Amino acid sequence: MSNLEKYNQAFCETFNIEAAALPELKYQDIPEWDSVGHMTLMAALEEAFDIMLEVEDIIDFSSYAKGKELLKKYEVEIAE
Amino acid sequence: MLERHSDFLDVEPYSLNKVEKRERLEHYLNELTRHHYEHCPEYARILNAFDKNPEDDMTLEEIPALPVRIFKEKDMLSVPRDRIVKVMTSSGTSGQKVSKIYLDKETTRAQTKCLTNIVKSYIGSKRLPMLILDTPLVKKDRALYSARGAGIIGFSMFGRDVTYTLDEEMNLDVAALERFMDRNGGERILLFGYTFMIWQYFLKELERRNINLNIEGGMLFHTGGWKKLKAEQISEDMYRERLQKVCGNISVHNQYGMAEQLGSVFMECEHGNMHCSIFSDVIIRRAEDFSVCDHGEAGLIELMSVLPSSYPGHAILTEDLGICLGEDDCPCGRLGKYFKLLGRVQNAEIRGCSDTYGR
Repeated sequence: MSNLEKYNQAFCETFNIEAAALPELKYQDIPEWDSVGHMTLMAALEEAFDIMLEVEDIIDFSSYAKGKELLKKYEVEIAE
Repeated sequence: MLERHSDFLDVEPYSLNKVEKRERLEHYLNELTRHHYEHCPEYARILNAFDKNPEDDMTLEEIPALPVRIFKEKDMLSVPRDRIVKVMTSSGTSGQKVSKIYLDKETTRAQTKCLTNIVKSYIGSKRLPMLILDTPLVKKDRALYSARGAGIIGFSMFGRDVTYTLDEEMNLDVAALERFMDRNGGERILLFGYTFMIWQYFLKELERRNINLNIEGGMLFHTGGWKKLKAEQISEDMYRERLQKVCGNISVHNQYGMAEQLGSVFMECEHGNMHCSIFSDVIIRRAEDFSVCDHGEAGLIELMSVLPSSYPGHAILTEDLGICLGEDDCPCGRLGKYFKLLGRVQNAEIRGCSDTYGR
């Protein structure tokens, strides 16, 4: 599975949504992505990429797009 | 409006002396007072009733404090309703109305940032293996979302391998606890939970089963208030000592805060004193006339926070009693006021001042 597929899968499974809705998705746009959903998503990403996010990045992870950028710090490149 | 002081939220939380702190706090709190005056009609009415002009720069002591009760009785908002992303409710003892605190994205974000800064100054910047001394039900059932759930989710950011120690019926999940210790024994461990629930469902159960977790180094943070433990005559020392006996080498820190001011919490230091960070302050007032108490004199606790912008909660009068012990000179080295909590005021006493604000 490519990194993009893994990244998308973490979102789709955590929030139970279609991949088509992801590019525009931001924190608190949907009821599922509240603070509880956020921590579930973070755990799913950590597991998928075998990384440990820093607290600051958990806070700054404010959208689907922003997350891609943040993961670069952890040497996870998500190519389109 | 919080963007204007978002850089401030990154400043070391116990690093300003009283002169520097007052200057910053007065600036931000006066700004918030003007903001709420313009955007919350209820708040404007209260200020007018007190003959306060928000254009005047007020001292911390002059800024009117709203009684917490008001958030139970009225919907207090300083942003349009469609900007609200979360309504926080206080857990409220049975038979009482709950507070409703309206939060927009900006305020929730600032709260998280502030809490992170304060907690990191205690635990360091590395996320630690974490035990939550509560049931996972608080995160599963979102309808249950209250200050209790929010507190747990907020704190779980600082943990990894986050493990709940109680099952859905509040029984101690010994197997989960043992597996957690197998994975993480020898590491620094973070523990978090609610004061009374820790005592009732975690500590007593470990004692009954004669279990010792043998944690080699850890920090336990608890919050929620001492009311029920006071009824059982449990002292702070007893609480800490008995927890250390079943957990091992841990420090125990009481965290004081209100649903009305999430984020800018007050943390108990190694010397048992509650500390104000640079994002908050405490003013102890005499119940008779609301004048400011001297250090060492008990009174009603007023709390100030730089965070609330979607609702006018930047200065609130609690129904708690406390005593300010000093400022900038706690032996732990943290700057700022430090204080002790003395419990709740009787209902009848507080009603008097709530009526005053209702004019």
